[in-house]
Amino acid sequence: MTTSLRIAFLPLTDAAVLAVARERGFAEEEGIALDLVRTVSWATLRDRLIFGQVQAAHMLAPLAVAVTLGLSQQPAPLSAPYKLNVNGNMLVMASAFAQALDPDVVARLDDPLGTAHDFAAAIGLWRRKPVIGVVHRYSSHAIMLRYWLASAGVDPDRDVLLRVVPPSLTVEAMRAGEIDGFIAGEPWGSAAVEAGLAEAVAIGERIWRRGVEKVLAFRTPWLDENPDIADRLLRALARAAGWCDEPGNKEALAHMLSQPHFVDQPAALIQRALSGRIVARPDMAPIDMPDFLLFSREATAFPWRSQALWIYSQLVRWKMVEHSEDKAAKAGSVFRPDIFRRALANSNVPLPGASMKVEGAVASPLAVGSKRGELTLGPDSFFDGRVFDPERIEDFLASFPGSGG
Amino acid sequence: MRIVIIDDSGLRATVLEEGLREAGYDDIHIVPPRGGFVARLERMAPDVVLMDLGSPSRDTLEEMLSVSRALARPIAMFVDQSDEAMIGAAIDAGVSAYVVDGLRKERVKPVLELAVRRFNAFAKLQTERDEALTALSDRKIIDRAKSILMSQRGIAEPDAYALLRSSAMNQGKKIVDVAQALITASDLLGGGL
Repeated sequence: MTTSLRIAFLPLTDAAVLAVARERGFAEEEGIALDLVRTVSWATLRDRLIFGQVQAAHMLAPLAVAVTLGLSQQPAPLSAPYKLNVNGNMLVMASAFAQALDPDVVARLDDPLGTAHDFAAAIGLWRRKPVIGVVHRYSSHAIMLRYWLASAGVDPDRDVLLRVVPPSLTVEAMRAGEIDGFIAGEPWGSAAVEAGLAEAVAIGERIWRRGVEKVLAFRTPWLDENPDIADRLLRALARAAGWCDEPGNKEALAHMLSQPHFVDQPAALIQRALSGRIVARPDMAPIDMPDFLLFSREATAFPWRSQALWIYSQLVRWKMVEHSEDKAAKAGSVFRPDIFRRALANSNVPLPGASMKVEGAVASPLAVGSKRGELTLGPDSFFDGRVFDPERIEDFLASFPGSGG
Repeated sequence: MRIVIIDDSGLRATVLEEGLREAGYDDIHIVPPRGGFVARLERMAPDVVLMDLGSPSRDTLEEMLSVSRALARPIAMFVDQSDEAMIGAAIDAGVSAYVVDGLRKERVKPVLELAVRRFNAFAKLQTERDEALTALSDRKIIDRAKSILMSQRGIAEPDAYALLRSSAMNQGKKIVDVAQALITASDLLGGGL
């Protein structure tokens, strides 16, 4: 029997796994007729999910945590049993602003710490507070930008203006001079570079080498009531994700996503992120970044609870929520490794034995215990060398200057 | 009650505004979601903000609603979270509504209901217009196919049409598809008109 499922997504390159699950028949093989609902704002994606117009959504991981904590309009308990990707973001700034940074773009991107300090100096040289577009207050992009700026002593709430601009309007906002730069998911950074409006200043993957990005979010009650459908969907997504990571499929994937009902941008532009060949400035040859955007390998899709808690720690750090044991527990429970394990128990996907890890502690590829064969975790370090122990959130928060801790 | 409609489709905003005025609301403003619309909205201090659910600028608006110090009272989505039927109807119609804290739900409900009806009416109008446009282009394709038949086969217009129609019926296709195939074939054979 075929089950119909509606999933809302935003037109972004990292909706790839959902697109492939539908277009290459992986969902159908599991008896699921996928209806992908194209949505152009995170607010509408959230509303479609929590008011039941769709059963699941391609959601910013911090937004799933925020909705569960009641920080974004109507509160609703959400569950994310599957990560749709890691990494894939890029901070781009107008060339006039980037002039104050290292002119050697490769060196600039390789050294996020040095560039953060150059950026702090560039703010002083700019004629006013630079306006930086972020896609949402509760986005991985905004959180990573804040983390990166603060490492050089920049207060993101005081020294720059963060303006919320939906991904599809970022390039237009640059053109109109409403923002001086932005951080967004692909293909929008590449689109701004291609239009000659901006150049790359920082790459998400260089800030946190395995940065949490989009998750597949469900209403928790729905997920509890429909375990069989959820498991079938997760199996379809795991196979689709494997397909997306295959180097030989990148070109076909870029073409698929370029269609008007998905991302509706040129395939060549979309392929840059998929192949990890990033054009950082209009006149430059592509730079190889094999980890720019990951879908499957190294258990990318596994929702480590420690990652939800890292997100929570950053929401507390920026005073978006006041810390309590209860809220931390609620935030951590948004990520559902238990459901991931249940759904993929009889697949060939490696299943980590633990549900939490110390984030930022893996400096080079590391073989770890897994329920099936060998699992290698990719490096997950933060550019500033910090590590996040999910058992010691208070200590972690106290380690940041100005935390009062 | 001050109502602000954020919309960049002039027609839909007008349709909604007219409806609200007919119902007796007179403090209505239309703001297109461009440039510094958020600052304009802040100055207006609205009681109710209505916005197309399909507008990408909703995230920008919500950010302003959550951080604004200029607004005396917070504004949140949908006044009555328990009225699921109403919320469902609003989402289906593509309406999002933000209501100032403390406004009684009995006062807001008629506004929302009206917005839902007007949004639906507008969507229907649009569908009809799209269908009319399609019909117009279908008409042109069939006319062209008819002239090809008339000149190639030396037959009169009603016969050309009858021929197209019977071919379509025999093949189980729409007349316009048969006409399009004929035009393509004729172009390929260099006999196009």
